[in-house]
Amino acid sequence: MSSLQSLDIIQRSATTSPSPSIRSTVEVAKLIDISKCIGCKACQVACEEWNDTRDAIGRNVGVYDNPPNLSAASWTVMRFTEYEEENGKLEWLIRKDGCMHCAEPGCLKACPAPGAIVQYSNGIVDFIEEHCIGCGSCITGCPFNIPRISKEDNKAYKCTLCSDRVTVGLEPACVKTCPTGAITFGSKEDMIEHAAGRVVDLKERGYAAAGLYDPKGVGGTHVMYVLQHADRPEIYHGLPANPRISPMVALWKGALKPLALLAMGVAALTGFFHYVTVGPNDADAEDEDSDSPVRH
Amino acid sequence: MNTQTQIVRYTERERVNHWIVAIAFVLAGLSGLAMFHPSLFWLSNLFGGGPWTRILHPFIGVVVFAAFVPEMRRFWDDNMIRDRDREWLRQWRDVVANREDKLPEVGRFNAGQKVLFWLMVICLITLFVTGLLIWRPWFAYYFPITLVRLATLLHSAAATIIIIGIIVHIYAAIWVKGSIRAMTQGTVSVKWAAKHHDGWLREKIKQQG
Repeated sequence: MSSLQSLDIIQRSATTSPSPSIRSTVEVAKLIDISKCIGCKACQVACEEWNDTRDAIGRNVGVYDNPPNLSAASWTVMRFTEYEEENGKLEWLIRKDGCMHCAEPGCLKACPAPGAIVQYSNGIVDFIEEHCIGCGSCITGCPFNIPRISKEDNKAYKCTLCSDRVTVGLEPACVKTCPTGAITFGSKEDMIEHAAGRVVDLKERGYAAAGLYDPKGVGGTHVMYVLQHADRPEIYHGLPANPRISPMVALWKGALKPLALLAMGVAALTGFFHYVTVGPNDADAEDEDSDSPVRH
Repeated sequence: MNTQTQIVRYTERERVNHWIVAIAFVLAGLSGLAMFHPSLFWLSNLFGGGPWTRILHPFIGVVVFAAFVPEMRRFWDDNMIRDRDREWLRQWRDVVANREDKLPEVGRFNAGQKVLFWLMVICLITLFVTGLLIWRPWFAYYFPITLVRLATLLHSAAATIIIIGIIVHIYAAIWVKGSIRAMTQGTVSVKWAAKHHDGWLREKIKQQG
């Protein structure tokens, strides 16, 4: 997506000076209530429809997930899990997978291309593909395994949270199309409140561990889930329990970056000042004769 | 033997090999730094922009490694660290103050050069292996993400160490006059050898009988 909200950028990849942020917008969130999802994949269709991307026709790999994985053209995929409770009760857990729009995005931290990833004040993390160099660092940085690099153009793609629609006051395409109301969209504050009501309802219906998935390790997310089993997010097709930017990525794109340049600069300057103080070591210029000019 | 007599320090093969490694190393370093720190992203312009920098960097890296392997084999034996090298390193204050007369005997390479050699060996092997692990779109997809993250961190750490090492190496060549001539034209004067590599000069004289 190209940058449409150029005045409310709170973070920009590989940029050390402030980004244009004179305008600020309300923080938004998409809430996905897994207990209401029927796995119809209308959201997947709406996503490709609105964004006008077309994934290649694939093969049935023996599960309901179709396409089997996220791709450069499929920015959201329903992940189906058959989960058996201890009491033998079978549950079909269907999670709409896609970008979580982290408040602290690992992709943006890892990206080396200035402005290829931006975060707007409304919380949306957007890839600006025209600046993307195709290195895949966003994949290395992402705690949710979301970005995909296109084999055709070597650019990284993922869910934009329909930043183009949200800019003009519309909800994302998946939200608009969801027939059961499992996906809702609004201010993050409202969505947290809405989720709280849903959690109370689920608890009344016997899901004692129901809860909201808004992981603090990445500063919270702008796509949140209502989970029937919030104590075990992993059962939802490997949703990480404590996602955070890997310490290795944090070190690589944190302390190492400035310290390395500083050390290189110090090495070069030390050499230079050694030369102008101690001076060159010149065997051939040294004269054994005592009448040679005195060298300092 | 006259003190102005020129003796061969680096053969033609050694010089060509060194400069292939050197040129490729500088290109790999500049393109890598462009992707390492935002303030150096402008270096990507030297390579035709961001995507081209990303495409070229790993190929240049392979050239560095491939060219370094024969150089490494060529200089391996002369870089064995001995007791006198440890003593040389302990007397680093005499080294930087140009008081070479106080230092122990130096063979073909001094202890500083040997340390750089082993740093090169360790860092370039690390850079090559980790570079393959993180090379998109070709290889990175075959490895688990944790390994890719570790490789990325090690790649940038090894690059930092070896770039600093090479800054010192380049400065040493500027500082010790005659070194650049040795690696460009191949020869040094007997006087130069006697001052900087007395042990090596003795060997040379012995060989010539």
